[in-house]
Amino acid sequence: MTDHVLRVDPIRCTARGLCAELAPELITLDEWGYPVLTASPVPAALAADVRRAVTACPTLALRLDRIP
Amino acid sequence: MTGVLPDMLPPRGDRRLLGGGRRLDVAEHLARFGPLPWAAAPGLADLAHRAGLRGRGGAGFPFGRKLAAVAAGRSRPVVVVNGCEGEPLSRKDHALMDLSPHLILDGAMLCAAALDADDIVLCVHRGDPAGALLRAAAAERHREPIVASVVEVPDRYVASEESSLVNFINTGTARPTSKPPRPFERGVRGCPTLISNVETFAHLALIARFGPDWFRDQGTADSPGTALMTMGGAVRRPGVYELALGVTVEEAVATAGGTGLAPQAVLIGGYAGGWLPLPRAGAVRLEHAALRAAGASLGVASLTVLPATACGIVETARIAAYLAGESARQCGPCMFGLPSVADDLRILAAGVGRDRALRDRLRRRMTLLAGRGACGHPDGFTRLLDSALRTFGDDVRDHLHDRPCRGSLLRPVIPVPRAGQPGTGGWR
Repeated sequence: MTDHVLRVDPIRCTARGLCAELAPELITLDEWGYPVLTASPVPAALAADVRRAVTACPTLALRLDRIP
Repeated sequence: MTGVLPDMLPPRGDRRLLGGGRRLDVAEHLARFGPLPWAAAPGLADLAHRAGLRGRGGAGFPFGRKLAAVAAGRSRPVVVVNGCEGEPLSRKDHALMDLSPHLILDGAMLCAAALDADDIVLCVHRGDPAGALLRAAAAERHREPIVASVVEVPDRYVASEESSLVNFINTGTARPTSKPPRPFERGVRGCPTLISNVETFAHLALIARFGPDWFRDQGTADSPGTALMTMGGAVRRPGVYELALGVTVEEAVATAGGTGLAPQAVLIGGYAGGWLPLPRAGAVRLEHAALRAAGASLGVASLTVLPATACGIVETARIAAYLAGESARQCGPCMFGLPSVADDLRILAAGVGRDRALRDRLRRRMTLLAGRGACGHPDGFTRLLDSALRTFGDDVRDHLHDRPCRGSLLRPVIPVPRAGQPGTGGWR
């Protein structure tokens, strides 16, 4: 998983906040409820949490991108 | 130089694009610069690359790379020429469209030929007289194999961002879209789309005629060529000047007649640009690398000089309020963050009664905005505010201690239009 990074489509995102609950180590919310993502690659230990967060996003705004 | 018509000599010095200061019709244009060198089309990307031509819409992206990326797509590309000039402190695109519309068309047609594109879309703001001007110029070129049409775009700050233009042409809504895909991958009608500023195409028209070495005769290795610069604020002769890239701030200001009042700072690159202190930054060179290193950005190459009598915080707060109002209101950090920060700045400008929390709140919020929108609007906003807090640091301290400077009581000097109505109106 270390070759993947979290990205959010800022237009799709509607600040539901599930992602920050499911992967709090990598996603925090700003004061308006929108996710602030860590820019570093996703550590293997958190891969499962991150996948859950991506799947749970109600607007499909969160995704995992392979680092080119 | 016998055998060469004097009129066909390449322009000398730094007067390349605006000619003699009056509009040339197509016959005069061809007499001045010579015929359009269609033979240059197949090698155009390489030519642009060797010339070191950078896009003139603000980001300064290497144009040869952009052209090659569009050419690498699988379907027939579209060429979009951006003459919207959304930056209120810039007038250079208008000067160019007014005086040299055929140089713009030349460059666009060469790109279309290089890409085997069938059409060219010329974008201007709705109601802008430049639209009729470009239409007339395109009509003069009716014998050319490629048709150019004019599209009128809503007059909003982010409506002329690349993906906004594509979105508008495709769907009628001039708001930015998420990336990827970028327009070079999937743009107008889903085709690879080459978008650049009108000035980029005009330079290309001359590079194709006179060569990359001629182009590099002006400018620096990092930013070759000349640039149209809009000089404004406290200069004696405001207006659009063509100058070699790499001239210093001081030299550019001198070209515009110097400053009337003692200067304290210059805003480079318009509202989404950055402040630099004067006279300290007078020796900074106007080129991409040097300005980035100085914490500013060349942007659309406008220089607006702030006199020592004005308050930089008040001026910046007014611009910030405008930019916040011009958010397309699609991305949370932009929709909520910009108005919040603009409001913090308004409170700071007014004097805050020793509000320590304000400084911390402002700093925390500002670090959170850049890179979090679908377009660069929050990034430009952040650059402006960062540079203001740095450049006007002493004033910030005074304002934070409830001692607003004297300038804040005077009339603001930088013109700021009224922002569009909040909400989703005005984008179609």
